[in-house]
Amino acid sequence: MPKFKLVIQTLAALSLGAHAATLPAAGDPERGKQTAQVCLACHGPDGAGMSAANYPRLDILDAGYMAKQLRDIKAGTRQAPIMQPFAATLTDQQIEDVSAYYASQSATVPQPPEADPELMALGRKLVYRGDWDRYIPSCNSCHGPESRGVGSEFPALAGQHASYIESQLRAWKDGTRHNDPLDLMLAIAERMTDEDIKAAAAFLAAQPAE
Amino acid sequence: MSKTFFIHATVALSILAGGTALAEPKVPVRLPDFKLGQYVHKAPTLEELEADESIHPELRKVILYGYDLFMNTQQLRGKYVFNEMNCRNCHLGEGRMPWSAPIWPAVTTLPNYRDKNWQVNSLEERIAGCFSYSMNGKPPPYGSDTMLALVAYHQWLARSAPIYESNIAGRGFGSVPKPAQEPDYKRGEQVFMANCAICHGADGQGRRVNGVVQFPPLWGDGAYNWGAGMSRVDTAAAFIKHNMPLGQPGRLSDQEAWDVAYFISAQERPQDPRYEQNAEFTREKYKNFHGRTLYGTEVNGRVLGEHANTGEKPFLKPDVLRARTFNLDDES
Repeated sequence: MPKFKLVIQTLAALSLGAHAATLPAAGDPERGKQTAQVCLACHGPDGAGMSAANYPRLDILDAGYMAKQLRDIKAGTRQAPIMQPFAATLTDQQIEDVSAYYASQSATVPQPPEADPELMALGRKLVYRGDWDRYIPSCNSCHGPESRGVGSEFPALAGQHASYIESQLRAWKDGTRHNDPLDLMLAIAERMTDEDIKAAAAFLAAQPAE
Repeated sequence: MSKTFFIHATVALSILAGGTALAEPKVPVRLPDFKLGQYVHKAPTLEELEADESIHPELRKVILYGYDLFMNTQQLRGKYVFNEMNCRNCHLGEGRMPWSAPIWPAVTTLPNYRDKNWQVNSLEERIAGCFSYSMNGKPPPYGSDTMLALVAYHQWLARSAPIYESNIAGRGFGSVPKPAQEPDYKRGEQVFMANCAICHGADGQGRRVNGVVQFPPLWGDGAYNWGAGMSRVDTAAAFIKHNMPLGQPGRLSDQEAWDVAYFISAQERPQDPRYEQNAEFTREKYKNFHGRTLYGTEVNGRVLGEHANTGEKPFLKPDVLRARTFNLDDES
């Protein structure tokens, strides 16, 4: 998996062509471990996050995805009031390094409490099949088989905290989050009811990350 | 007239009454209206299949197997499928959705004469066409378990639809009016990079997760071949306009849809299984089809389709693609 991620990062770097000279070097997890000292109070040393406080799990995320989120938060194109002051202190190189560090981790996260079976059934349906009569494609159709992520654009969802998935879907729906390419997530989030959001989040949180 | 007005007024009132609950979406689903008098089908869902006690458990099993093959056609890779496509890649929403080439009309309108091969086709033969062209493959044998399961899934989706009704709402991919400017390769490439490359890759070769295709390639060996309906520029334009990017029908303008369809259709793909002599000859022979593709024409200094590449498939033409004779002596 890390090898795959490295290839993607390299490809991403190459595709930027002319800008390559000004880009930071590929993230170094060893250096990133130092930078992570400011992150671990909330996200944990292994990136487990904190469900109750709505701090996302990071170890399941792709390094390129995390780096883009940090850049967006730093630039203000993704609103994250708690995270913003931390992101603002990071250099471009530190963003790459700390993203590489957390992507290399493998956190132990307790299984979430059992949810209502009907809610889980709706969640399973949305994750695997979507609800096309309302133009909601399945989560898996972009986030990959078992919603474990695709490259740097489509983050892993399986094993993420339900509270965090819910909060992000709501943020897309109410317009406070809008840093997705081509409105791909916005289009779907705004068609989801509160019940859909709860169901998808509960089901995804209960899935194994690897 | 007064009745129509009454309906419109009622709809308007109910929208007003709904207030903020019906706020204008930021990314609306923009699809053509169904025409007056068209048959609008509500294809049943898997939940209805599970709940329908009139269906024999054995039949339900076969329908579900058909559904599974339809959604994950890659399980037939190397046997009947020789590229990276799944049925659901073109027939979105489990084959149920209008404007995504819903598959149930094949059940209610076939057997019928088809211009594509100038003969009467059965449902199995229609499915064999998809395997031969879109899947660059070899159709499952007629009457086989695989074919039966696919037919059963098609037929289940057609439940309650009228036989031989041909005025069907949302059939095929619809059509997109010819835009003001002739479709253009360069403009199409720009539309592709801006809207399609994120999933299909800047090189159009799709993306894989652990070796399994996630977003399908749009040209090259992994894609549909030169005989597939999607290789027609107008068909691709309609599919794109009404289905892409995923979940955003109508996002692209008519001009953008035609331009990007032209760009994609001007790339190379595996040979048309009907190939004879050379691409120009084949184009001429199947002019009713290839008059709508760029096959056998010169684009960017090369004649498209002038090659012997059949992709992963170790042969050109599946045996089952043959002319009907209605000569009973041939059946021995």
